[in-house]
Amino acid sequence: MKEVSFTVNGRPVAARVEPRTSLADFLREHDLLTGTHLGCEHGVCGACTILIDGAPARSCIAYAVACEGADIRTIEGLDDDSLAAELRAAFTAEHALQCGYCTPAMLIAARDIVLRLPEADEARIRRELAGNLCRCTGYLGIVRAIERVIAARRRA
Amino acid sequence: MKPAPFAYERPQSLAEACALLAEGGAKLLAGGQSLGPMLNLRLVQPEMLVDLGGLAELKASERLGDGVRLGALVTHAQIEDGRAPDPTGGILPRVASGIAYRAIRNRGTLGGSLAHADPAADWLTVLAALGATVIARGADGERRIAVAALATGAFETVLGEAEILAAVEIPAVSAEARWGYVKLARKPGEFADAMAAVFRDPGRGVSRAVIGATHGPPMMFEDFSEAALAEAFVRFDPVERRLYRAALARAVAEADA
Repeated sequence: MKEVSFTVNGRPVAARVEPRTSLADFLREHDLLTGTHLGCEHGVCGACTILIDGAPARSCIAYAVACEGADIRTIEGLDDDSLAAELRAAFTAEHALQCGYCTPAMLIAARDIVLRLPEADEARIRRELAGNLCRCTGYLGIVRAIERVIAARRRA
Repeated sequence: MKPAPFAYERPQSLAEACALLAEGGAKLLAGGQSLGPMLNLRLVQPEMLVDLGGLAELKASERLGDGVRLGALVTHAQIEDGRAPDPTGGILPRVASGIAYRAIRNRGTLGGSLAHADPAADWLTVLAALGATVIARGADGERRIAVAALATGAFETVLGEAEILAAVEIPAVSAEARWGYVKLARKPGEFADAMAAVFRDPGRGVSRAVIGATHGPPMMFEDFSEAALAEAFVRFDPVERRLYRAALARAVAEADA
């Protein structure tokens, strides 16, 4: 077991972990933050995407022990984020989810796209979403929701 | 948790990291974007992970007289965003932007990708074409290895057990340089079925093509005439031959455009 400390959604966390514990398992089982979902558990499906030091990252292939000092933010930590609120409303309006399994990570990826690529068009949004699999929607609603938020921000 | 149990150390110096490697049974952890999946799938079961994340010297970059030296832990996203010096007039950022997905690029590193030596890795093919060199550090000091001579097979390199790929030196390209790079994959971000890079730099007297994702080390061609390709492709099956030819033809067209 190894000592590790970092912040999760702004709150300091210190724990003893087995080195092979993934960050995703740590967040779900130690902190009970079950908004981070696990799909493939080898970095392909994107369902476990969270923010590490502000940048999207796969929590299934990050190890908690290697996150010493990191600023970790999960979907639960974006409750009061204004852009996340805009995206949630747009996902609702555009029917951008069905089963919801991919949705927390989709919102995190979508937020990154809006912040990093404020000029992104449909083709670019689709390319950027290649790392987050959705098996329900065919991506149509998700792409429209992101386009809606980008368009609204451009008008603002 | 999915991996087999392993111990974990986060050394504070390269010398300490080399000493841990010399004990045997350890794997280096850089960005972990290939090692993580392999651990989770139990394709590798090291006794110890030696995390390079605490070594600031591996994150630094500097401009050299004729090119740049990028620390091994520079991420693909840093290169994509222009947050690392680029002596290639935009080649490096364009290549970086096509590696896997943004969440992977935020963590995955230049040095990790080269040392892992996945035949389908972008940097192995691209940096061989650009004539880059890696700096390997070991207990006995450092040595320089051309990227073109780094991989000896799929996931195999000339790096020693206790040697660490510390930095990559990439030469500047001249203003009249031509570049073409094509990956054939079914989906953006997927591992490529074939890739080809074509680099012509009259200013440096260089003209070469590199074909990657070939189940082995990248294949370098200075002469990429039909006869030379036919001879090199003898060992591949007809589908692979067509893929490599298609990737190369498109890369040549891109460079000549």
